[in-house]
Amino acid sequence: MTLAELRGARRRREDGEAHAGGLHATTADYIRVAVALFIITSIEVAIYYIEGLRGVLVELFLALSGLKFLLVVLWYMHLRFDSRLFSFMFAFGLSMAIALFIAMLATMKAGLL
Amino acid sequence: MAQRTHAVEHLETSTGLDNRKLAMWLFLASEALFFGSLIATYLLYRGQSTEGPYPSDVFNIPFTSVSSFILLMSSTTMALAVGAAHRGRLHQMRTWLLCTALLGISFLAGQAFEFTEFVHKGLTLSTNLFGSSFYLLTGFHGAHVSVGVLILLSLWVMALRGRIGQHNALNVELAGLYWHFVDIVWILIFTLVYLLDPLAEGR
Amino acid sequence: MAQTTFDGSPVGVLEALRQLRRQAASYQGIWSWIATVDHKRIGIMYGITAFLFFLAGGVEALAIRLQLARPGAQVLDQEVYNQMFTMHGTTMIFLVVMPLSAAFFNLIVPLQIGARDVAFPRLNAFSYWTFLMGGIFLYSSIFFGGAPNGGWFGYAPLTEKAFNPGHGIDFWALGLQILGISSLASGFNFIVTILNMRAPGMSLLRMPVFTWMTLVTSFLIIFAMPVLAVGLFELSFDRLFGANFFNPLKGGTPLLWQHLFWLFGHPEVYILILPAMGIVSEVLPTFARKPLFGYPFVVFSGIAIAFMSFGVWVHHMYTTGLGPVANSAFGVSTILIAVPTGVKIFNWLGTLWGGDIRFKTPLLFALGFITMFVVGGLTGVTHSMVPSDYQQQDTYYVVAHFHQVLFGGAIFALFAGIYYWFPKFTGKLLDERLGQLHFWLMLIGFNVTFQPMMILGLLGMPRRIQTYPTGMGWDLWNMIATVGAFLIALSVLVFIINVIITARRGQRAGADPWDGRTLEWSIPSPVPPYNFARIPLVRARDDFWHQKYREDEAGRPIPVVAGGAHQEHEEEHAQHIHMPSPSFFPLIAAMGFPIIAYGFVLADYALVAAGAVVLLFGIYGWALEPASE
Repeated sequence: MTLAELRGARRRREDGEAHAGGLHATTADYIRVAVALFIITSIEVAIYYIEGLRGVLVELFLALSGLKFLLVVLWYMHLRFDSRLFSFMFAFGLSMAIALFIAMLATMKAGLL
Repeated sequence: MAQRTHAVEHLETSTGLDNRKLAMWLFLASEALFFGSLIATYLLYRGQSTEGPYPSDVFNIPFTSVSSFILLMSSTTMALAVGAAHRGRLHQMRTWLLCTALLGISFLAGQAFEFTEFVHKGLTLSTNLFGSSFYLLTGFHGAHVSVGVLILLSLWVMALRGRIGQHNALNVELAGLYWHFVDIVWILIFTLVYLLDPLAEGR
Repeated sequence: MAQTTFDGSPVGVLEALRQLRRQAASYQGIWSWIATVDHKRIGIMYGITAFLFFLAGGVEALAIRLQLARPGAQVLDQEVYNQMFTMHGTTMIFLVVMPLSAAFFNLIVPLQIGARDVAFPRLNAFSYWTFLMGGIFLYSSIFFGGAPNGGWFGYAPLTEKAFNPGHGIDFWALGLQILGISSLASGFNFIVTILNMRAPGMSLLRMPVFTWMTLVTSFLIIFAMPVLAVGLFELSFDRLFGANFFNPLKGGTPLLWQHLFWLFGHPEVYILILPAMGIVSEVLPTFARKPLFGYPFVVFSGIAIAFMSFGVWVHHMYTTGLGPVANSAFGVSTILIAVPTGVKIFNWLGTLWGGDIRFKTPLLFALGFITMFVVGGLTGVTHSMVPSDYQQQDTYYVVAHFHQVLFGGAIFALFAGIYYWFPKFTGKLLDERLGQLHFWLMLIGFNVTFQPMMILGLLGMPRRIQTYPTGMGWDLWNMIATVGAFLIALSVLVFIINVIITARRGQRAGADPWDGRTLEWSIPSPVPPYNFARIPLVRARDDFWHQKYREDEAGRPIPVVAGGAHQEHEEEHAQHIHMPSPSFFPLIAAMGFPIIAYGFVLADYALVAAGAVVLLFGIYGWALEPASE
């Protein structure tokens, strides 16, 4: 579902659909993202209750929430269509935060579980 | 050089990007470190509390899931508000701004209710490590949501007075960036704190 | 002042504010300073305030040295001693070096990039007022039972309520939060300014190194300060609301405090030194009459240092029992950070080599920086080795190291900047002979104070002790250090005298008294409010130098006819330059913070609410007021 969205958005860009001052996501895009967020969250809540998936729970949740994160950042926050500089700044801050705190937790031998 | 919010009179910048938008993204990058520290504290102390209540004693996943949906939907309405502002559809913009604010308030009400329940079950800031790290993290998140609601309501009131329109849609866009960021922090919190909790006690 | 009658109603108040605002735009009178949004005035206010705190911190240092001059002395009792060294460190770092750097960011950066002001002038004013409020708040602790006493690094659980029941630590934690807001605002402002407001033709790699270092430092600020903020919130929540972040009885660990503090603290020391390095990179080329050697290397090593500074923090924690893996990893990263630093040193030496050197006061201080910083840096390398750090940790060797780099380094460079840029903003040159006297006295005084501390450290004298027994072999070195401290004080007095004399009858300086290379020297001294009558078009690095000189076949500079600073005939063009209007709201908003903070200290939540109202009033007023009218 998400891949189709991505492809859909790219096709629209190639069709040259532009907005004043730059390319924009459309209202339809926003609704699609909303639906995707709803579905992903439902999946997350569902698998929380599935005992059999306990072993891979961390990986699954990180992947799913990572997906939601990307959807919001790329479409709602418009990074997909905006200057690379914004993406760079944000990604930089985020990477720093992740790297530093993984290092800190590792130093304290704290498991992420 | 006059710094105005009117896009039309906008002075050229060396990067071609708006000063305030650049500042907002820098602010959000900085906030990543802020919430990162709070989350790291929570993760460090996960499973380390010497006494209960523990997460499984208090968490109500269905309830929090509904709260999460509400916040996610508020991001959708926010994006619609920004879109409407850019297109000069002021009535729609006002409606979506108000919706976003109301959804935000609902989320906060949910948080307040949840915290009250937790306190009744014996979990306060000073009970144990879980209480301290949980309330600090979610409390600061809630504070950020509250500030966002204040900004949204202010924009709504100004819009009612005709002071927000297509020419200064950037104001709505900036509020949107902040609001979405607060939402994605919640995405992380919901996953790392609520959903990953069973593993903390080795269940 | 007001011709209209003041009627006290909300409308009347707003009208009065508008009148004051218009009057402030005239640059006359006290209101014009209080409501200023001009980066030059803000820079001057930062500089003066920071210097006053420097005197306070210096007095604290003299008190410490008086106490330690002899074994068993009781000049200061233990509690007062702890407060003294806590306030000395906190003052010098947060209320002196950082604001002095901010003074230079404000004064110099817009001029160097050919801009008329910073990106957010009111935010700039807000940064200054918030800094002032934070400093006053911190020092007001003296009247509430005593200054903080937990060291500038506030290690928990010593700083927890159980062991530190007074208000002092609360003043420290909340004061630093306020100061953090000031720095963050400044960081955002300067990044946007540097990225977005450069004159046409000024690409990033044509920017002066001081501007580059400002950019890099600002990034350090915006990424490091939030981590400190969280640590401080956790400490405050423990103390004020009974949380357990550092409470060992509930499973809290003191290591969390140390990690959060040093995750901030290590980048912080680079925040303290990179602007100083930027100043040196400006002064050397001017007084050697040569371009900076290896400009791209100097710039990229600055970036490398900043980036790597986030990866070394555990070297402050080698002795906390984290184990050999963590210690080794951070030992390696710490040694590596010496590399880009070394690159800078060699490039500075390369700048001087073969130059036509004029030994004026700014250059003397810059040379002092280089020599003192190299020594300090080398002692840092000895710290990076885990086994040797095991002996050095918590001894006076560490005290020697960081004073070597922060005083011998940063302070010397900041004085270089003061002597260098003083004429630009005042139109007068500081007296050269007094300047040289200041330099030599300070250099000698500094070394007499701190070299003995290296020996004391190696002899095992611990830090943060109020007194020591005789017979340890420490007595003589402590006495010598105290004498040195008073020599430093004397040198500062010489500086103050110099400033006073210069204000009264100083030698007039033109636009370009040093034959400089960068754009700030191309405009009149003092600088007119609009900076540049015409925004320059930049064609090269050191564009102003190239307007003044061509090179002959041997590479020697030949003056160009009609090159050089443009003066009064440009003023006609300046009549219709519209500058941002002054504003009172940054100050009003800033006043909210100490009120909120006092509320928390005194557990008076009505006061907290009142402070929040003031803050919101300031913010809303600011948001709704047009940036210029």
